[in-house]
Amino acid sequence: MKNRIKILRAEHDMTQAQLADLCSVSRQTINAIEKGKFDPSLPLAFRISGLFKEPIEAIFLNDQS
Amino acid sequence: MEQKDAGFALANKKNTINLGLWTLTWLVSTALVVFGAKFLWDFKATISIVAILLNLAMGLGMIMAYKRYLMGQDEMQRKIQMDAMALSLGVSVVGGLSYSMLDVVNIVTFDAEISHLVILISITYLLAVIVGTIRYQ
Repeated sequence: MKNRIKILRAEHDMTQAQLADLCSVSRQTINAIEKGKFDPSLPLAFRISGLFKEPIEAIFLNDQS
Repeated sequence: MEQKDAGFALANKKNTINLGLWTLTWLVSTALVVFGAKFLWDFKATISIVAILLNLAMGLGMIMAYKRYLMGQDEMQRKIQMDAMALSLGVSVVGGLSYSMLDVVNIVTFDAEISHLVILISITYLLAVIVGTIRYQ
């Protein structure tokens, strides 16, 4: 699954570590999500969505769509 | 909640240290049972039973510490751990039974010891965690 987390982080001037801390996950997990190597759970996706104040579908994009 | 207040990384570090200490304690109590009976109390049954009960208590503590460690991890770290545990369980059942059969049909000259199985599980688990961690980098 593709996502816009890296872009949103840059727009909010936020490091992976800061986002990880706000989401209560490890920096490695944020890195894996950004690279599309790990798909987050729905609760984590909602947390990220809430932090960036963007709807989930605007952050996470289905590869097949 | 306490873990989130303390910060994820800090809570994770505390849980890891806690697990390490419990594992070390369990390991020492295991060595005490095995070597103590031979070198310290000359196989006196009462002391051996007390030492084994102590070992069981330490083992229970280690299991609880591991549970806390897992619960304190995030979803990706937990997935790496779960994958590693599933693989080590499969390898230990299949490999352990094959190894045991080698002993039963006298293909191997030595006895198949439980410690060999523990070593196999540990190495499989360790390698699976390393591979899992690299895979998500």
